[in-house]
Amino acid sequence: MWHYILAILPALLSGVQVTLVLFLTTLLLALPLGILVSLGLTSRFRPLRASLKAYVWLMRGTPLLLQLIFVFYGLPIINIVFQRSDAAVVAFALNYAAYFAEIFRGGLQAVPQGQIESAQVLQLSYSQTIRKIVIPQVLKNVIPAIGNEVINLVKDSSLVYVIGIGDLLRAGNVATARDVTLIPLVLVAAIYLLLTGICTLGLRQLEKHYRAWH
Amino acid sequence: MLELQHINKRIGDRQILKDLSLTIPDHAITVIVGPSGAGKTTLLRCISGLSALDSGKLLLDGEPFDPHQRPADRRAIGVVFQDFQLFPNLTVLGNITLAPTLALKLRPAEAEQKAQTLLEKLNISNLRQLYPYALSGGQKQRVALARALAMKPRLICYDEPTSALDSGLRGRVAALLLSLKAEGITQIVVTHDQDFAKTIADHMINVVPIAG
Ligand SMILES: Nc1ncnc2c1ncn2[C@@H]1O[C@H](COP(=O)(O)OP(=O)(O)OP(=O)(O)O)[C@@H](O)[C@H]1O
Ligand SMILES: [Mg+2]
Repeated sequence: MWHYILAILPALLSGVQVTLVLFLTTLLLALPLGILVSLGLTSRFRPLRASLKAYVWLMRGTPLLLQLIFVFYGLPIINIVFQRSDAAVVAFALNYAAYFAEIFRGGLQAVPQGQIESAQVLQLSYSQTIRKIVIPQVLKNVIPAIGNEVINLVKDSSLVYVIGIGDLLRAGNVATARDVTLIPLVLVAAIYLLLTGICTLGLRQLEKHYRAWH
Repeated sequence: MLELQHINKRIGDRQILKDLSLTIPDHAITVIVGPSGAGKTTLLRCISGLSALDSGKLLLDGEPFDPHQRPADRRAIGVVFQDFQLFPNLTVLGNITLAPTLALKLRPAEAEQKAQTLLEKLNISNLRQLYPYALSGGQKQRVALARALAMKPRLICYDEPTSALDSGLRGRVAALLLSLKAEGITQIVVTHDQDFAKTIADHMINVVPIAG
């Protein structure tokens, strides 16, 4: 059995690599995009607010799987063609940015107006107030919710299976179908557990860091 | 000396302050009293620049003074909010040194040293490394006062300084304000508390609600 595990491990590991690249690119794009959208959602400019609301509603109200299929199989019909991996990144980043935006918006609204006024009478500039007072408090507010989404993303990344990307799940499924054994799928489960476990630990450290000031 | 001349202020469609003129003399404690909803907090917000005036003007030592439009003018006014509004993400020391380093561009070491002097004066130097959540109401108030004093304002405003505190602490707050007065600091205090007002006031101003 160890022999078999060693034999399929390279294929699984290259699947892990695909999964991790998708995970990291999605976070790298969706987090800043989510912050921007959340600022837009609290903006006083009505058309901007309304269109961003519609975007968030659409992204959260339809399945990610549908969005993925739409981007990769649907858009080519109207001549918008993405590479497989680009289609995955586009669909994931747009979807997750909407969830992040809602979380950041809540975090932003939870900072009392009095904090901003307090900074204002102390002569802090707008950008100093945002950097030193607002952002630390928003981050503290949102870490648990963002953490949940990050862990969901590890698992959701397996949806790219449907557009034929060779991620971790596909690597395991291919081996199981070929060799008629459960071992690859069990290994896949173990690797997902490891990845989500690492994320959980990292998030716990971050929460601990912020717990210093309650 | 701070002068308010013919101040008008509405919120929504309600007139809150109407043609209000008054003078806040230097080195004294001016107490503002009046029933709930009369506009006392609104008045402090106008003085500290948090709210715009609809009309009328402010003069500081005879010079036009506009803390709402001109951020530099805010330097002159310190505020101790009713709920203190300490920054929860900063320690006591961080709360006090933040504005001096960012707005007055003091070197951190210098800001810390000045903060230490204030902390000692207010008898809270043992709290310097704590975060606000760990402080009692009275301690928070002293930190808020130290934070305001660190900007060396001409004038300090307090909104209901006894409302969030145990009534036993009233005497200590009064003593604190009187000791600052002895140092020549000008103070404006909004309060409901008649006894407290009588203990500290050099001047009393009665704000009355505008009918309609
Ligand atoms: N942001 C606001 N929106 C609408 N109305 C307001 C607002 N702020 C104050 N008001 C109204 O303005 C009036 C004066 O309010 P203000 O807070 O200045 O009163 P106050 O004298 O400080 O009262 P209190 O003694 O209860 O603190 C009140 O009738 C209040 O309802
Ligand atoms: Mg009030």
